[in-house]
Amino acid sequence: MIRLEPRTEPSRAMIALTPILAVLATMIAGGILFSVLGKNPFEAIRMIFWDPVLGEHAFYYRGQILVKAAPLIMIALGLSFGFRAGIWNIGAEGQFIMGAVIGAAAGLALYPSQSIFVYPIMLIAGTLGGMLWALIPAYLKIKFNANEILVSLMLVYVAFNFLAGMVTGPLRDPDGFNFPESRSFQQWDAASNPELIAGSGIHWGVLMTLGLVIVAYIVLTRHIFGFHIRLAGQSPRAAKFGGVNPNKMIAICLGLSGALAGMAGLYEVTGPAGKLTTTFPLGYGFTAIIVAFLGRLHPIGILLAGLLLAVTYVGGDVIQANLSLPKASIQVFQGMLLFFLLAVDVLVHFRLRFKRGI
Amino acid sequence: MSKLLRLNGLTKAYPGVIANNAVSFDIGTGEIHALLGENGAGKSTLVKMIYGLVKPDSGEMEFAGQPFAPSEPRAARQSGVAMVFQHFSLFEALNVAENIALGMENPPRSNILSKQIREVSAKYGLTIDPDRLVGDLSAGERQRVEIIRCLLQDPKLLIMDEPTSVLTPQEVDTLFITLRKLQAEGTSILYISHKLDEIRTLCEHATVLRGGKVVGTCIPSQETAKSLAEMMVGAKLQTPKKAATELGQPLLKLENLSLQSKDPFGTSLRNITFMLRAGEILGIGGVAGNGQDELMLALSGEELVDANAISLKGEFIGQLGPTPRRMRGLLAAPEERLGHAAAPDMSLTENSLLTAFYRQRLGRRGFVNKQASENFTKAIIQQFDVRTPGITNTAKSLSGGNLQKFVVGREIVQNPTVFVVNQPTWGVDAAAAASIRQALLELASNGAGVLVISQDLDELMEVSDNFAVLAEGRLSKPQNAKGVTVEEIGLMMGGSEIA
Amino acid sequence: MDFSSISIVSLLATLMVAATPILLAAIGELVTEKSGVLNLGVEGMMIFGAICGFIAAVETGSPLIGFIAAAAGAAALSLLFAILTQYLLANQVASGLALTLFGLGLAALLGHKYTGIKPPSSPKLDLPILSDLPVIGPILFNHDYMIYFSILLVAVVWYFLKFTRKGLVLRAVGENHDAAHALGYKVIRIRVLAIMFGGACAGMGGAYLSLIRVPQWTEGMTAGAGWIALAIVVFASWKPWRIILGAYLFGGVTILQLNLQAVGVDIPVSYLSMAPYLVTIIVLVIMSADRKRASLNAPASLGRIFHASN
Repeated sequence: MIRLEPRTEPSRAMIALTPILAVLATMIAGGILFSVLGKNPFEAIRMIFWDPVLGEHAFYYRGQILVKAAPLIMIALGLSFGFRAGIWNIGAEGQFIMGAVIGAAAGLALYPSQSIFVYPIMLIAGTLGGMLWALIPAYLKIKFNANEILVSLMLVYVAFNFLAGMVTGPLRDPDGFNFPESRSFQQWDAASNPELIAGSGIHWGVLMTLGLVIVAYIVLTRHIFGFHIRLAGQSPRAAKFGGVNPNKMIAICLGLSGALAGMAGLYEVTGPAGKLTTTFPLGYGFTAIIVAFLGRLHPIGILLAGLLLAVTYVGGDVIQANLSLPKASIQVFQGMLLFFLLAVDVLVHFRLRFKRGI
Repeated sequence: MSKLLRLNGLTKAYPGVIANNAVSFDIGTGEIHALLGENGAGKSTLVKMIYGLVKPDSGEMEFAGQPFAPSEPRAARQSGVAMVFQHFSLFEALNVAENIALGMENPPRSNILSKQIREVSAKYGLTIDPDRLVGDLSAGERQRVEIIRCLLQDPKLLIMDEPTSVLTPQEVDTLFITLRKLQAEGTSILYISHKLDEIRTLCEHATVLRGGKVVGTCIPSQETAKSLAEMMVGAKLQTPKKAATELGQPLLKLENLSLQSKDPFGTSLRNITFMLRAGEILGIGGVAGNGQDELMLALSGEELVDANAISLKGEFIGQLGPTPRRMRGLLAAPEERLGHAAAPDMSLTENSLLTAFYRQRLGRRGFVNKQASENFTKAIIQQFDVRTPGITNTAKSLSGGNLQKFVVGREIVQNPTVFVVNQPTWGVDAAAAASIRQALLELASNGAGVLVISQDLDELMEVSDNFAVLAEGRLSKPQNAKGVTVEEIGLMMGGSEIA
Repeated sequence: MDFSSISIVSLLATLMVAATPILLAAIGELVTEKSGVLNLGVEGMMIFGAICGFIAAVETGSPLIGFIAAAAGAAALSLLFAILTQYLLANQVASGLALTLFGLGLAALLGHKYTGIKPPSSPKLDLPILSDLPVIGPILFNHDYMIYFSILLVAVVWYFLKFTRKGLVLRAVGENHDAAHALGYKVIRIRVLAIMFGGACAGMGGAYLSLIRVPQWTEGMTAGAGWIALAIVVFASWKPWRIILGAYLFGGVTILQLNLQAVGVDIPVSYLSMAPYLVTIIVLVIMSADRKRASLNAPASLGRIFHASN
């Protein structure tokens, strides 16, 4: 029989090792899943993890990796602060949408200006849009004690419908034959977020993401705010005793994560997506939750985890095209990854003891 | 006298510590047997083995002449062992009858059970209403629920773990009457305590544990409290002495402080008024759950009150949070070490930042100065003799006594104007307790005001200049600690004011 | 606009149909939460139940087998959550999210080949005379069996929690797991069973969507119903009968909103579709505002990790 024995100190080795263990376990379980579906498991795993990076057509896929990784990392960075503090914003998808919609609306109000101020205005509007959307659950939690998990999630569905209402109403492209979509931002220089180096996938959002990783790292490891975040999550009563105002913490964490999600939405709509449509949301807000946990809520970890998840996204496209597997199989894959991570996490705080008998 | 329970060579080891090392002794039928020992001596582990919660690594037990190895509490209960826990195993949101039913193997229907509860409570003088929510009961009443739960099963052996720690002196007397009645009916009682006077009045035999081993047995009535204490601690004890000091300027004033408790089962504070002078130690006694936690929160700044209700050196600070209060010199150390006074999974250095970052300027513009905070932590460890492998060890890896020295030391090193501490020596070994009390006395003699909230009357009498009691959220008028008797204190704890 | 085409009778009858998936999921989650476990994976278990039930019903032609398969499938899925949180001591919030993400993906994968198929129809109650009564007949006596089953299930849960010994033990475990452990109760075993009961109920709720309410399989068809079920538990203050009230209130809003769409009220469809979610938020706010009462009703150990120290 196996017993769990608490460690006096969390194991540093395990903190680094468990994500790798989780990825390996997911590959094995995923391989089993693919063979159940009648596919060659080795081929499928290779297509997901290898082909996007180093395969024959990798020159096409590599750019896609950064395009997908940037929003995942940016959103996950914001979420990680809240998750550390025990504040569960799981409505990043909604904040991502609202950032895109509000930012796009601010831009379209200026159409067809070619002023250099158009893009900064859109960026600020999008960031504020996401932030305000996230401050709704914050306000309701502080003022009325309403659970932020449920409220932020309900607001995702509200945001979906709001997006639909906007692209079929006020933001519909007047020259667009009544299709439910906005004007294209790619064809409007002042409002577009183009690929900076052809084929690299690098756009302004990618650079911003890198900068944010560094800022987040410094704040988390060197600044008293980062300390207060960790404190609030690990030991809420000690945090209050230490002078951390829990309400302020809720507002800051939700506001911050919403702002980053909104910013990611704005970069997305003006860059890779190009315009608002009803199919604009791709689930980045939810996948970012996996990224945040897989990255151990640490900025550098999130950077790596975001890249890995982006690879599986692209790899998902590869197997969809080559093995005619449904798109959902990659979602299962990502879900398994989070499961395995949570499962092996026990090794960080506990030691396994093997004992005979009882 | 025939033997009810025999323990023979019971041993239980945990990683890094042998909790019980070949413990052997007997308990006779109808005997009240004391198990005496300091915190960490291994008393809890031993009773957990008897109650089936822990399995011994080696050794055997015999109960009423039969081999006894309960695999779970249910088996122990079926054999006739019942236990009243130190931290009650009660469910606040359930009523008395439901709580009692949960502790029984085959409880009768609820109306019959209620009737039985009323009968037993009448017979043993344990008044209780079966329909009340346990969360609304006082600590003493909760203990009655536990005892009734045990009695309904006609136990042969009743284990009581520190039963008087939550009782007023009058309630203690009532409890002893009940226990003697049980004894007269032939029930054996294993009575665990570190309160020597109680053991001397109540128990016929005593077994003393130290470091997991039996270090002595005796007949308590033939010993003095001092000789028992030395058996328990293993060294001669020195009680700290308070130097007589002149009390100085008023530092902290509370005027009609009221606070609605946020906890549904908490106690609200009502019109608390007192004054604390420089050099004074004001002791606040009372039974747990009478507003101690709330008073601590109101003073530390975790709960805000009317601005004018609290003043520090003439400045109204009721509306200030913990950090600004610390900056002004009001420091605090709450009761719960792990999770309130310190973050269990954080290093000692990080736990220093918890209260000292701003007051000790351990950084600039919010960026933490690693060197300064490490030095500060080392200073605490050195001055207060905190035993730890290093400053990067987590708070929870320290023993209770060492962590308490750290928590109290962290504030005292910061040179407080007023220091508020709740249960400064709760669950701490005797040596650490003595050094903490000494530190409090020194702090006061250096001109700080010290407020000690404690449920340990002996401790309060030892360190306090003045003394008051919290009862149901009200504070009695502070009076000179030299002039009060235990009887008077008991009455005050019950809520009656004495002139 | 023509409001007269909205018939109150059919409104009430369809309301019950709209409410039942959430009612089933919520009563299951209530039992799970009463044992002290917060399982945020209701959405994932529901949609997994929806596809399991759908496949089983289509393949066997029996809706009953469909519902049984849904309950079994979702309970099996919930076992993953139980292992993570009860044996591997993982954070319950994160594990619940993982369950939802995984369940959504797995259901989509399994349902890939089942889009656009019609499931076998479920029999309806048809009592002579009673079912034909005007007004009362369609509202009370002419539904599929699952609606009656769901109400019966609430009654059974209520009785179980309030009057039985096992129900008392379950509540005790949810209130204070350390004390329950000290008294010798098997905290982990009880919680695993409660989690699986919650899973089974959520699965049946999902199957009700795919077999009766919609009835067909589409990806992501639960559309937040699992999350709304979680909110209904809060709304109900963990009291079984109030689950019915909450679910039917929610069903009413959904149906009203659909009817308003149908009669062409001058509000774009997108905004009307927000109504159920907004109402859920409002309800949550109202029920949580009284902090003291909320903390008195919620199981005290809810969401806390239990690890016996010896």
